[in-house]
Amino acid sequence: MFEFVVGSPLNIVLILGAVLITAALLIWIERRVLGFLNERLGPNRVGPFGILQSFADVGKLITKEDWVPQFSDKLTFVVAPIIVPVAMLLSFAVIPIAPGVGIIDLNIGLFWIMAMAGLGAYSAMLGGLASNNKFSLLGGLRAAGQMISYEVFMGISMLGVVILGNSFNLRDIVTAQKDQWFVIPQFVGFIVFVIAGLAETKRWPFDLAEGESEIISGFNTEYSGMKFGLFFVGEYIGMLVLSALIPVLFFGGWYAPFGWELPNPIISGVFWMIVKTSFWIFFFILVRAALVRPRYDQLMNYGWLVMLPLSLLNLLITGAVVLARGN
Amino acid sequence: MITFLKQQLYVLWSNVVTLWLVFTHMFKKKDTVEYPDVMPYMFPRWRGRIILSRDPDGEERCVACNLCAVACPVDCIALQKTEDENGRWYPEFFRINFSRCIMCGFCEEACPTHAIQLTPDFEMAEYVRQDMVWEKKDLLISGTGKYHDYNFYRIAGKAIGGKGKGEGRNELPPIDRRSLLP
Repeated sequence: MFEFVVGSPLNIVLILGAVLITAALLIWIERRVLGFLNERLGPNRVGPFGILQSFADVGKLITKEDWVPQFSDKLTFVVAPIIVPVAMLLSFAVIPIAPGVGIIDLNIGLFWIMAMAGLGAYSAMLGGLASNNKFSLLGGLRAAGQMISYEVFMGISMLGVVILGNSFNLRDIVTAQKDQWFVIPQFVGFIVFVIAGLAETKRWPFDLAEGESEIISGFNTEYSGMKFGLFFVGEYIGMLVLSALIPVLFFGGWYAPFGWELPNPIISGVFWMIVKTSFWIFFFILVRAALVRPRYDQLMNYGWLVMLPLSLLNLLITGAVVLARGN
Repeated sequence: MITFLKQQLYVLWSNVVTLWLVFTHMFKKKDTVEYPDVMPYMFPRWRGRIILSRDPDGEERCVACNLCAVACPVDCIALQKTEDENGRWYPEFFRINFSRCIMCGFCEEACPTHAIQLTPDFEMAEYVRQDMVWEKKDLLISGTGKYHDYNFYRIAGKAIGGKGKGEGRNELPPIDRRSLLP
């Protein structure tokens, strides 16, 4: 029971706790890093370095009035925010963290993540629809269109990795990167995946579904209190999943770069996974600080006219090379 | 097709450059002033809390001329003139309602005796609105403020107790006009 085997209760408790605490801390980390990038200090008042800021935020959200608008579709309105954190937590279950550390070893791990990301789109969609508010409806529409179209080439860009790794199982994909990380042969796929992942988690610069300067707050305009908090936490868990998925697919998962292994394989794996995930979290915050939001038609054009041909071409070439090599 | 690809590559590259430039800002000096912990430098001519100053002899400078109350665009100054046994004018009460005051500094400009002055202090928040009304005992300081050697009664021609006509600075004794008669 208390050993590091995939799916042992110890693993489940530790990973779930770590994910939830990290998602809460990300509220603070994001604001702090964003502050530093903007030459500000960010929240540094609550606790040492402001580390308790997220708990203050959560306390505020919980004690706020939990208002359901009179004009809304009440059942859908209440159900919608629950979907996204649940789907994102479920998709974290298949992320391999180290040899023997993980919640479940699914042989269709990538499909599972795509499915859960697709379910996450329902949250924004239903939330926008149930709010019965024109801005929410626009936000929900945008979220649905954006997530469904970017899911297409997010999936296709993953397929190059699947061909090279010869498996949909994320653990097998990581093991296949023991000698060479997939970012080198799959550089185009990697770029497409990062951009599509940004759009998939509705993070900046693709936050058109929220777009506070255009449509107030998009699909969560009518949400307050902990229902808004669930959307918020769901977004951060999604960011965490994406930041963990990019190293798994393209940066060798738990394998250390340049052979800088720590003595224990589990400790080494967890350490390098945390380092790589932190790097990508930082990258996403940097993107939020630096890049501007495109127009919606620009987003769609970019997706279908640039990303889709690019990912298809990448898939084609990868497949041809693998076939020609005959393995 | 080629131009389209070049354009797309350029867009991607310009975004990468933007990311790098923003990243370099992470290590620059922060603009934030952590105010309650670190007091910012306030310039001497900052227009903050209003005070009533005294002349170098330690007497009140204010002569209750009411010019500040007239100049005040929000009518936050109220005062009443009275006179002491030496003939000096001074305000019987002097009241500034800081919940109205906009720190424009017009009163300071209007004051003929440098009595009313604005200081760099801005920490004037109160929990009770009535506490924003400051009386003369709150406004009056024991120093001279920004003008250290100015003393209105030493310069002005007005006679007060202990100083007759013509005894002020740069002042000649009064002339008996009748002595000029032929």
